[in-house]
Amino acid sequence: MTISPSKHPLDPILRTERIPHIWCPGCGIGTAFSSCLIALQSSGIDLDKTAVVSGIGCSGRGAGYVKLDSYHTTHGRAIPFATGMKLANPDLNVIVFSGDGDLFAIGGNHFLHAARRNMDLTVICVNNFNYGMTGGQAAATTPNLAKTTTTTRGNPESPFNLPLLAYASGATYIARWTMLHTRDLTQSISEAIQRRGFSFIEVLAPCPTGYGRRNKQKPIEALKIFQERSVVKNGANPGEVLLDFKLGITLGKFIDSERPTFTESYDKICRPQTAADSA
Amino acid sequence: MKPAVLTGEHFITGDVACAEGALAAGCSFFAGYPITPATEIAEHIAGRLPEVGGVFIQMEDEIAAMAAVLGASCAGAKSMTATSGPGFSLMMENLGLGLVTQTPCVVVNVQRAGPSTGLPTLGAQSDMMQARWGSHGHYEIIALAPSSPQEMFFLTIAAFNLSETYRLPVLIMADEVTGHLSERVVIPDASKIKLQSRPRPKGRKDRFKPFQPGMNGVAPMAHAGDGYRVHVTGLTHDERGYPSMTAEAHVEMISRITDKIRRNLDRIIMLEEYRLDDADVALISYGISARSSLAAVDEARCKGIKAGLLRLVTVWPFPEEQIRRLASRLKGLITVELNLGQIHLEVERCSAGTAPAYLVGHPGGTVITPGDILRKIEEAAGVK
Repeated sequence: MTISPSKHPLDPILRTERIPHIWCPGCGIGTAFSSCLIALQSSGIDLDKTAVVSGIGCSGRGAGYVKLDSYHTTHGRAIPFATGMKLANPDLNVIVFSGDGDLFAIGGNHFLHAARRNMDLTVICVNNFNYGMTGGQAAATTPNLAKTTTTTRGNPESPFNLPLLAYASGATYIARWTMLHTRDLTQSISEAIQRRGFSFIEVLAPCPTGYGRRNKQKPIEALKIFQERSVVKNGANPGEVLLDFKLGITLGKFIDSERPTFTESYDKICRPQTAADSA
Repeated sequence: MKPAVLTGEHFITGDVACAEGALAAGCSFFAGYPITPATEIAEHIAGRLPEVGGVFIQMEDEIAAMAAVLGASCAGAKSMTATSGPGFSLMMENLGLGLVTQTPCVVVNVQRAGPSTGLPTLGAQSDMMQARWGSHGHYEIIALAPSSPQEMFFLTIAAFNLSETYRLPVLIMADEVTGHLSERVVIPDASKIKLQSRPRPKGRKDRFKPFQPGMNGVAPMAHAGDGYRVHVTGLTHDERGYPSMTAEAHVEMISRITDKIRRNLDRIIMLEEYRLDDADVALISYGISARSSLAAVDEARCKGIKAGLLRLVTVWPFPEEQIRRLASRLKGLITVELNLGQIHLEVERCSAGTAPAYLVGHPGGTVITPGDILRKIEEAAGVK
């Protein structure tokens, strides 16, 4: 007698033949990824018209596991690739799923400009505070004084406040959750993919292998910090949201506003509007 | 909407002719970044694309421009960018992604003199080896070299057709002089322009393998949104498109991206011969330098020297067989190019041991004059 393995509800949109995935025990990316898939599945969008684009890194492997049109591009370039995709076929739902190093160090400039243009993309950034794939180097999100393989005496630099960066650049939807807050996270992703404009969702996730073990943060302790030190403040000013393992972590949906997307502006301003225009 | 093909006679620059060629080829997406001497291509197509239902976007840099061009192509658009040396360097990263994911698109490099910022307003042909090997890893590439505004028009169409047929980024290696030169350009009737489209998949979606080569070695391409739910990655991948981290998988993947070019050389390589039939000495040239070479051939003939010209319309893949054949019957081959010997190295390689290979080169900032070439022809022919 053979026992058929039980079906997971996400199997229809997973490349199950590619499982097991590469993510380490205790890693938070899988949970963020599941939230993303649940949001995709439950939002009612046409999944045949949905593309997931990733850059390079641990989170960048997300595109490789989702059974949708999925594009695993170059380091930092997921957003401009997704931009071309969306502009060539505006009917597509285009979701960028990638990490903090990919989106905010090597790809930082692309993020700024896609937000400025209000490009109709949903960008999900799993922030694990370091470069995991290459073994735990300092990132643009690594806390000051934190130890990594390239800052063994402590990080001399200060991290970005990603929601503030997104706000200053013009993003029209900004939320931050941790991978413990899966319901809120799923809800935010679902809202983001159903709205028009540039949506940014930061997901805080532990990286026990790369970050935790060098910073006396055992997997469960990282989660405790996420649980005990986080405060949900929907509508908070992005300039005042905290991300400090000691002082506190501000979560919530900070921004949800309207302005024309790139495509809407382009069609209105750049295309001939009347028969006389196009004659 | 306005017509994409502006049938008629025009007096326009090579850059504008290139943009019109793209539109005539069905290009509907252009992502670019301003750079001398290619800016006019972006400027012209920025005004024209929204008139014909396409989209132009000025990106934040050339890295982003190249990424957007690939994304647009994966979503079904014939897409293009245009740049010059510094931007071409930035595009090398995603050029590699386009090659390994077999994504059709056209990249124009209106060459100026480098390295670095170099001479932004003055021409050169010194990115020819970068065109061949500029992105890391082993691959085959197609690069065309237009010699006139008229050819900027036709070769842009040819570049789109090649990119669609063989599913890869195709390079147009123009030069500042050709890009900024204004000449008569004849745009034929739309019905006279032959267009190719990338092969598309048929049959069961669940059995489709996005990188399984078809008849001519080229895999059918499913677009995002077609319902095939493809996976496309820059990692070494198998025919399903799934990452496969083995030497065997790598050999197979590199074979897929190189064989489709190596096996179709006769269909890809375009050459133009001038007075070569009875020649003793052959000039090998391309782009603007081929026009100086043409004049030099005539001047040499007036002096009784049997010179001829082989103009490389396709520079990559390199016409190895044709150069070998020439070398076997001539007294010498002279490469004429605006660099200090890039294609010359290829000519030398192919003619090794059979005919001496000479170079008339200059690092850029001017054009090579027929007089410069004539002196070398006389040397090669043993005159004086």
